[in-house]
Amino acid sequence: MMYDLIIIGAGPAGITAAVYAARKRMKTLVLTRNIGGQAAMSWDVENYTGYQFITGPELAKKFEEHLKSQQVESHEGVSVESIWKTGDSFKVMSSDGTYEARMVIIATGKQPNRLGVPGEKEFWNKGVTYCATCDAPIFEGKPVVVVGGGNSALDAAIQLAKIASRVSIVNIMPEFTGDPVMVEKVISSDRVTVYARSEINEILGQAFVTHVKVRTPEGIVEVPAEGVFIEIGSGPSLVPVMNAELKLNDKREIEVNENAETSVPGLFACGDVSSVPVKQIIVAAGQGCVACLSAFKYLSTRRF
Amino acid sequence: MIKVYSTPTCPWCLRLKQFLKEKNVEYTDFDVSKDVNARNEMIQKSGQMGVPQVEINGTWIVGFDKPAIEEAMKKTSK
Repeated sequence: MMYDLIIIGAGPAGITAAVYAARKRMKTLVLTRNIGGQAAMSWDVENYTGYQFITGPELAKKFEEHLKSQQVESHEGVSVESIWKTGDSFKVMSSDGTYEARMVIIATGKQPNRLGVPGEKEFWNKGVTYCATCDAPIFEGKPVVVVGGGNSALDAAIQLAKIASRVSIVNIMPEFTGDPVMVEKVISSDRVTVYARSEINEILGQAFVTHVKVRTPEGIVEVPAEGVFIEIGSGPSLVPVMNAELKLNDKREIEVNENAETSVPGLFACGDVSSVPVKQIIVAAGQGCVACLSAFKYLSTRRF
Repeated sequence: MIKVYSTPTCPWCLRLKQFLKEKNVEYTDFDVSKDVNARNEMIQKSGQMGVPQVEINGTWIVGFDKPAIEEAMKKTSK
């Protein structure tokens, strides 16, 4: 079956695009890992018009209700592996099968950056975590390592210093880049050891993580750790596009114009994965609308 | 019986519990930030150290994996 539109991702951008697509009666399929995306991970949202205060999970629930109220087919728990340009349509390969559409909107948002070291993948959820706020309490009384030097790494280290037996911070930079107040809190704790100008080489263990190898200016040291908290920022969650030249900017975001059009005709992008400079829930939602209306215009000006 | 293992500061744990409530499914919630026994039980039985986790009649699911949760609930209701 040929869809008019496939939307990849169901955060604020993807869901808004889907709502508009339903109103334009386009035959639409939403493929997504989850509903809510990064918005669902925010705690306090106080700048989404219409809500003076709402939590991320509650806002995500509202988004989901809105999506489900529309005549749009959506498949959750799906990861998209690649998009292939074929003539004047696109094939989308996913864990759920291959689907075809005249147009695709990429609204996959951002995801935590990975270290890319041996052991990181194998020990994910077995000590390695990207969500300190979620998982920190599980590591009570255990030695842990925090990787990074910005505010999120410092925040994780401050939380962990209260409960973990030992906190080692591995920072690739000579100094922390986070707020001075947070840096002071971290270095004043006698449970914290800082490895500056250092990098994790390997994460080791058996059933769970037991230690990490850290490359320091003085050489390689083995640091005992049962938890490895990776807090090195986030980057666009890209989907490989084949048979076409998809332009990215220097931050590896998908380059879009004011109509949310990418360098590939029929392929649109919106939200945090795109080059839109402001990364906010409300902007992502607005861009989702732009992408969908541009797609509708593209569809109606072409004879397929 | 459905057991949810969560921490109060985990957004996906909230989403998971919201989802079960919407489905009118009864569950027991263990706050593993305080309940050490539940925490150890979770890690030993599932072999996983992240939250949320949910146990549905012996099947462990890590994360808010809605399709997997629905599948496991279907199996139990048969």
